[in-house]
Amino acid sequence: MNAYTIKDCRALAKRIRIHALRMTSTGGGSHIGAIFSCADILAVLYGGILNVDPAAPDNLGRDRFVLSKGHAGGGLYAALAENGFFPIEKLLTHYQDGSDLSGHVSHKLPGVDISTGALGHGLSISAGMAYAGKLKEAEHRVFCLLSDGECDEGSTWEAVLFAAHHGLSNLVAIVDYNQIQGIARTSEVIDLEPFADKWTAFGWAVKEVDGHDHEALRGALAAVPFVAGKPSCLIARTTKGNGVSFMENTVLWHYRIPRGAEFDAALAELEGQS
Amino acid sequence: MRDAFIGILTELAPQHPEILFLSGDLGFGVLNEYIAKFPRQFLNVGVAEQNMSGLAAGLAMEGHTVFTYSIGNFPTLRCLEQIRNDICYHDANVKIVCVGGGMSYGAVGFSHHATEDLAILRSLPGMLVLSPCDLWEAAEASRYLISHRGPAYLRLDKSTAPVTVRQDEIFRPGSIRTVREGSDVTLAATGGILGEALLAADSLAEQGIHCRVLSVHTIKPLDTDTLAAAASETGGIISIEEHAVDGGLGGAIAESLMEAGIFPGFFVRMGLRNTFSSVIGSQKYLRKVYSLDAASITRTVTTKLGVVAEALS
Repeated sequence: MNAYTIKDCRALAKRIRIHALRMTSTGGGSHIGAIFSCADILAVLYGGILNVDPAAPDNLGRDRFVLSKGHAGGGLYAALAENGFFPIEKLLTHYQDGSDLSGHVSHKLPGVDISTGALGHGLSISAGMAYAGKLKEAEHRVFCLLSDGECDEGSTWEAVLFAAHHGLSNLVAIVDYNQIQGIARTSEVIDLEPFADKWTAFGWAVKEVDGHDHEALRGALAAVPFVAGKPSCLIARTTKGNGVSFMENTVLWHYRIPRGAEFDAALAELEGQS
Repeated sequence: MRDAFIGILTELAPQHPEILFLSGDLGFGVLNEYIAKFPRQFLNVGVAEQNMSGLAAGLAMEGHTVFTYSIGNFPTLRCLEQIRNDICYHDANVKIVCVGGGMSYGAVGFSHHATEDLAILRSLPGMLVLSPCDLWEAAEASRYLISHRGPAYLRLDKSTAPVTVRQDEIFRPGSIRTVREGSDVTLAATGGILGEALLAADSLAEQGIHCRVLSVHTIKPLDTDTLAAAASETGGIISIEEHAVDGGLGGAIAESLMEAGIFPGFFVRMGLRNTFSSVIGSQKYLRKVYSLDAASITRTVTTKLGVVAEALS
């Protein structure tokens, strides 16, 4: 486990964003807004929360991490490479012919437990892992990062019901709640509000934080389970495209590929950040 | 067949603590003994098959041998993407068990009839597809699955063919069982409907027509060698399945033989043809309605042999 300082963690998030910007621009495939949205969450997870070891990525005692919003795979790849799971140079093969780095996250890479990409799958798999951990009375936790859009999926709520019923206190769902899904805002498509109340009503212990505030994220994630005997849900209020002003909070940058002047402007803005 | 499967699971669960049986809230009464004996190896996940299949993948990834269990299409079509992405893509050790293959659920209605499952499940990479015809095959297939690694599908019929196992016979997944020898025509069946094929073979034998009867208990991988021998040694092949003719047993046989450059004297796929099993009635009644009973098989054989004889004369 890396014991990053908060400052280190912010620097990691910045590097994740810069890698992701280059990867999506070079590869020509993009969910850059979705990656920027959860870059701070990933940095906090890989900057000290997750008990994982690049030298033993399959170690049975490791914390499990499932990126249910598989379209942000570029961000996870960057976090893993920065933590030594594979060479950083590999990142620029993302989306390229013959690469190991598929657009949506792939378990064929060290450090990735589960391939995702179809939404609404990750929490069930995570719940299965958590249930198995409970049976074994294992210490490790299972963290699952979801998008808000995939909370439209009924299967997500099947898993939510299951986890609460079985008191999977070793399971943590983090929702990247940027309130913009594929082609419109969540409030316009399928309103999730009152979102925290829904998770609470389903039997989870819920906290809400600013999903770009590293101290708040770390504070919450270091204190799981939030309530003994319950699964924990952290609703991370985020901004899609966070970190590049012209990408922030726009539906456009869910899919748009950063190239040319837009790429240059985005890179300059990210590099200028402390 | 269901009881044979549960019997084997109950017998072997103590030696295999890694077994975890997930039910989609089905099995009332029939699972009592198993649940009472092995509460830590059972989980009723509720009426939530997508979650059941995703959970199964997660549990398998942590070392469990997981069985998912429900009726007809519920453990398969309802959660097909979870089976494809979560189970098969991760080569997870999950065994999907369908109770009520084909039209087993009879008058319950078409929603409970699994008549496209074989075609769909066999198209998934890495999936073993088992469809036993009788109680011996069902028990042996179940026993085999406990030690098998990777994704598998077990289709359990309510009807069963009479047990035809020979002394000391060993169940070989991936091999076709020759249940009866004959050289005039091959009846290749999968599931309990093999019983209809045997009845047809009996009545044809009285007419001097000798059928080779094959139990294709493994749809994938398919035993092409036994089929190739049947194509060259008998007058033709008739596939019989309580399933759509598209992509099921008949489709699989056609694909494998054609690709091998082997052409039987004639080939007929008996099954549902572009239709839902929407008529109301028992499995036995529905077989008659959809021309899959022994009489229909007999008619098909005599018609085809007559046509072949005519063409040769």
